[in-house]
Order: sequence, then structure tokens, then C-alpha cells
Amino acid sequence: METITKSALSKSEPKKKMKEKKSTKMIGAKAVVESLIAEGVDLVYGYPGGAIMPVYDEFYKSQKEIHHVLTRHEQGAVHAAQGYARTSGRVGVAIATSGPGATNIITGIADAQIDSTPLVCITGQVGSNLLGSDAFQETDIVSISTPVTKWNYQITKAADIPTVMAKAFYIAKSGRPGPVLIDITKDAQFEEFDFVYKKCNEIRSYHPVPEVDNKKVKAAAELINTAKKPFVVFGQGVILGQAEAEFKEFIEKADIPSASTLLGLSALPTQHKLNFGMVGMHGNYAPNVLTNDCDVLISIGMRFDDRVTGNLKTYAKQAKIIHFDIDPAEIDKNVKTDVAVIGDVKETLAEILPLINKNQHPEWYQNFKDLYKIEFDEIIDKQINPTKEGITNGEVMKAINNETNGEAIIVSDVGQNQMFTNRYADFKHSKSVVTSGGLGTMGFCLPASIGAKMGAPKREVVAVIGDGGFQMTIQELGTIMQTKVPVKIVVVNNEFLGMVRQWQEMFFDRRYAETIMTNPNFVKIVEGYGIKSKRVTKREDLKEAITEMIASKESYFLEVVVEKEGNVFPMIPTGATVSDILLK
Amino acid sequence: MKKTLYTVSIYTENNIGLLNRISSIFLKRHINIESLTVSNTEIENVSRFIIVSYITEEEVRKVIGQLEKQVEVIKAYYHTNEESIYVQTALFKIKSKLLFEERQIQNIIKKSNSQIVTVSPEFFVIQKSGRKEEIEDLYQELLPYGIMQFVRSGRLSVTKDEMKISEILQKQLN
Repeated sequence: METITKSALSKSEPKKKMKEKKSTKMIGAKAVVESLIAEGVDLVYGYPGGAIMPVYDEFYKSQKEIHHVLTRHEQGAVHAAQGYARTSGRVGVAIATSGPGATNIITGIADAQIDSTPLVCITGQVGSNLLGSDAFQETDIVSISTPVTKWNYQITKAADIPTVMAKAFYIAKSGRPGPVLIDITKDAQFEEFDFVYKKCNEIRSYHPVPEVDNKKVKAAAELINTAKKPFVVFGQGVILGQAEAEFKEFIEKADIPSASTLLGLSALPTQHKLNFGMVGMHGNYAPNVLTNDCDVLISIGMRFDDRVTGNLKTYAKQAKIIHFDIDPAEIDKNVKTDVAVIGDVKETLAEILPLINKNQHPEWYQNFKDLYKIEFDEIIDKQINPTKEGITNGEVMKAINNETNGEAIIVSDVGQNQMFTNRYADFKHSKSVVTSGGLGTMGFCLPASIGAKMGAPKREVVAVIGDGGFQMTIQELGTIMQTKVPVKIVVVNNEFLGMVRQWQEMFFDRRYAETIMTNPNFVKIVEGYGIKSKRVTKREDLKEAITEMIASKESYFLEVVVEKEGNVFPMIPTGATVSDILLK
Repeated sequence: MKKTLYTVSIYTENNIGLLNRISSIFLKRHINIESLTVSNTEIENVSRFIIVSYITEEEVRKVIGQLEKQVEVIKAYYHTNEESIYVQTALFKIKSKLLFEERQIQNIIKKSNSQIVTVSPEFFVIQKSGRKEEIEDLYQELLPYGIMQFVRSGRLSVTKDEMKISEILQKQLN
């Protein structure tokens, strides 16, 4: 560990404070806030309660340095912190009290763990003398959160606060990012001690960025240079590694058709000529079919999730597999690799670039074009330019694209709305996709959009949510009301839990078990929160409503009544082969 | 792939809660733990977990990957029985009067290479170290005479190969 440098501190701390900081007597609660300030945190999300009150008292006193956003539920706080982390590239911070406050953030922590989002979550805990006594609002949150955190720790002595906080931030953001939970007993928050903050930049048992093996880079380059039908699948690793430029240069030089995972979207502009959309269950036709035709499959910063691969026994068996990843545990986890290039993609892609021959694969490229044409005629055209009755999710997204010129951050929830939105959204810039990928957390979108906007205040943020997911965290409208954060909310209402209904239609003989929703008057509810709102039921009113929504300087709610039983296609049924993707 | 008995050795920081984190990796993959031993090591503040599981090599490799990913795990290895030297220890508590009444018991103790740890008027305790099978054999031999208490430790194991943990720790800090 190294003492914090002056320059690192000066960003967040006035210089005159430096002297005091060398060793200042303070209570643990103040040390928590001072540690956050030392890490450059100026925004946190949370919800107060008994066991965290001393820390809240210090937030009250440090309002100039740290803005605390009060959500309406702890789950909202952690999802907002996730949204903030995803668009800002910084560590999101969520605070909750002990017991139910702490258990309420578990879903968001699990979500951040599976989607590699850097979070530091701080929970209050009962006094250390009460630990293990089933005290009021006591839960063993360290045990509960162990399988869903990158690291966690319980602090029972104030003196541990600075070192543990420094470690928490270092672990959350380094290597493959993830959530960290710090549980602080109430007596530690009250205890007085000498505060000194040292930033952490190494832990002897932890090696977040593995060294690059040049031999592997060379072997990968040789395979790529001799490939006749190379294909790239890229994931969020490109965004987390800030390797968008290196990635683009790499695929352009080698002329490799590419497709993204859900979370990798926006790492490469949608309109880029080598971007053939998304792989996986509801991804695009060409990249899924041609996964089983390519001769070299190059995966970059992705983890071969089952929603991407379908049946592993029949996944790209004909191809040599090259896997670029920062996490050695991902190599050979699901798909056996021929060449594993372990390391930070920003480094490994930069190293492979000079070894790659400038190349062209016109015939192979044409295959992607031809299959795209089939998908466009069969599916895409009907979604974005529909003529039948009932508004489609695709045309909603097309109207948003047109109005935002592809400049917006698109936050989506989970289910059909998520698949439609991300299939049809037009992304020009990286970090434009905020969605719950690995965990598939319904209710993620509304609170995440609050954080997304605060993480990128200059960008337009549009949240697209289904009527089901909207009602899972609808209380966060209160947070929008109080903070006046200008997010644009679109609820696509089909009065169904659409994705489950689609599966029931396809695989359960249309037995719509508990997927039919009787919905309230959303516009009235939103109006109650003082948010401008509108409802659209007819195609001819859609464009104008979206124009009005995007033009609004304040938050805006638009309910679009969409076709009731629309289905997302293409689709790879669970356990099927990727190339057997269904067009209808 | 064939299942084999693997000994997983995990070098870690000596931290509270790590046992939970490590066992949850086995639990998550539904892998049964045959035996578990935790102790300090030749290096100060470094603990060693020795976990024995009956799994395939593919599974054990994935488990090692997940283990090494944990912040406080320094290094994890897996070894087959052939690659390690291992023993387990068991204690048998027997009624003292049997020692005098049943001459055969003294022969069993001698033959099995076990030791008498303590003798009191009521009971005596036999300690046996060795392979699990040897302990099992002794158990079966003593069973007809009546065993008051029996307990067997987890596997203790050292590898034939060098582990080089100090070097790894040094490298991290440079």
C-alpha cells in the first residue's frame, strides 16, 4: 500500500485539508464519509435506518462534498448505483442499514456480480456486543452476500475503516470489476480513532490483471491471419477495459465480421459495417447461424453465457476458438479454447494489432449480408415498419432512434422489452447500454436509469420498461420527483408478462399461467408524482409523443400501449443449437 | 470423464469468513467434500485448506479457477494421491477393562502400528495415523469389542512438488 499522493487527493479535497488529514481524530462514521471523499466519490445512493444513522449524520454534515440520493427502497439504491457505474465508468456506492436494509440490496449485488459492475455497498450492523444474538434488525449479511460479492468484510473497530474502505474500492474497480460489501457495526461507527487514509493499489494475494503471454498473442495472430472465415464475438470486457478504439482497429484491419453479446452492445457503433448485431437467444440471424460455419471464432471480453451459446455440444465445433479475457477462470469454463489470450483486452488487443495482416474476406462478409437480408424481410421490417394493427416495440425503438439520433443511453428492463429495445436500438457511443444481462432482474430499469443519468448528465437517457417490471420498482418515481433527474421513461404496455407469455405460447400450449396483468392507470400514478406524462394507443400519435418526450427538459413518462401478443424473434429455444435459430 | 479422488490445496490469507467463501464454491457446483482440513503453514499468516473431493479433472480445474479468483486466495493446486504424501489421524476411545480382559486388543494395537495416547481406570485412547483404509481396518477390528467414541481427522497432505508460495507472495509485491 502506498500513501495517497497529493495530486490524487487534490481532485476531491481542497489542499488546505491535507494537513488535517495526516492524522485526525474522528469517529468511525465520519471516517466512512472521509474515505469516500478520498476515493473521489461525490454521489451515493441509499436509505437510512437505525444501524447506519451515525454515517447518515456525517452525510448531513458533508453535503457539500457528497450528494446523497434518497431512493424509495434499498433495491432502488443499489440499481441506481449500478446504472451510475455503467455510464460513468466509476465505482457506484450504495448505503443501507442492517437487517432488511441489507437484505434488500442483495438482488442488486448479485446483479452487479454477474454483470461485473464495480460497486461498494456499505451496510450498518448491530453493535459488536450484540452480534450473533438475533438482535433487532440483525442479519448475517456477510455470510448472505459471500457468494454474490467479489469481496466482503465486517468492520467491528473504527481503526479498520480506512484500510478496509481503500481495499474495497481497489478490489471493486480493478481487474474484472465487481461488487464489494462492507458491513460496519454501530459501535465502530461511534468509536473515536486517529484517521489516516492510504489508497490501496496492491494486495499480495490478489492479481487482478494477469501478465500477457506473448506466445499466446502470437499464436492467436497466426490463427487469425490464416483464417478464411473468421468471426468475432465481443462482450462488455471491451467497454470495461476501455478498449473500444483498439477493438475497432483490430476488426477493421483483419476485416472480421463481428457480433456482440447483450452487454457488449455499443462497444462498436451499431452502424459500423462489420457490426452484425447481437448473438444469442434473441440475437440476430446471421451471427448465430454463422457461428457454426466460421473457421476461427475470436471471443473478446465475453464469457460464453448459456443464452449466447445454446447447446454447448453443438456450438462452433468446426471452429478454432480464441478467447481474450482478463479472468483466467473464464477460460475453458463453458467452451474449450484453442488459444487463450489472458489479460486486459486494452493491452492484448494493442499487442496483437501489429501482428495482424491487413486482410479482406469479401465472400465470407457477403454471407452475413445475405442472412441479414433474410432476417430483415422476415422480421426486422415487420417490426420497425409495421402495417398490421397494434404498435410494435420495434417501431417504438425506431422512433426513439430517430429522435435521439442514436446519441442516447438506452436503459432497458428484462424480458421482451429488453430484447426488442436492444435489437432495434441504434448506438453511436460506448457505454450506451444499461440492462440487467446475467441476472435478468425485472425492476432494474427505472432505478438504474436514475443512476445512468446522474453518471452521464450531459447525455439523453431513455428507459424502456415493460408494464410488469415497471411495477416492481415503481416507487422510484418518488426519487425522480425529489431529485428532478430528467430521465425519459417509456413503458411499453402489453398487459402481459410478455416473455413468459411468449414461452407459454410456444412451449406450454398457450396456457397463460399468471402472465395476464390487470394494470392501473399509469398516467394518473405518474401524475401523482408530478411527472409529465402521456399515453399513446395509436400508431399515428407515436412519433409526436416521442418528439415531445425527448424535447422535454424535465423527466417525462410515456406509456405506449403495444400489441398484446407480439413475439420476439429470431429465437434459439433453450438447449437448441445456435444455427437452428427460429425465424418464426 | 473419470472421477478421481483429488486433493485440493489452497493457500490463503488468514481471514475470517474465507472458509465460507471457499466452501460455497464447492456447494455451488454440487461437489461433495470428502474431507476438509484447515491449518497454518510454514509461512506466517498464511493458512492452508486441504479439501478432498471425488470429481473429474475438468471439474477440479474449474474449481481451482474459481478459488484462485477469490481476493484472499494466494494459490490453489490439485493433486492426485500419487502426487502427494497424505495421512489421516483417528482416535478410538475404548473401555480400560477390555485391555486386560481381551488379550487380542493388545495384539491389534501392536499389529496396526497405533499408539496408546492415554490410559485411565475407565478408558484408554488409541491414536492411529495412516491411510483412510488402514484406519477403517482398525475400526472394523475393534468394533466387536465395543468402541466408546471414534473420530477421524480430515486428510493431511504435503505434495512431492515444491509449492513456492513465498516466491508467489514476493512476486505480487514487486
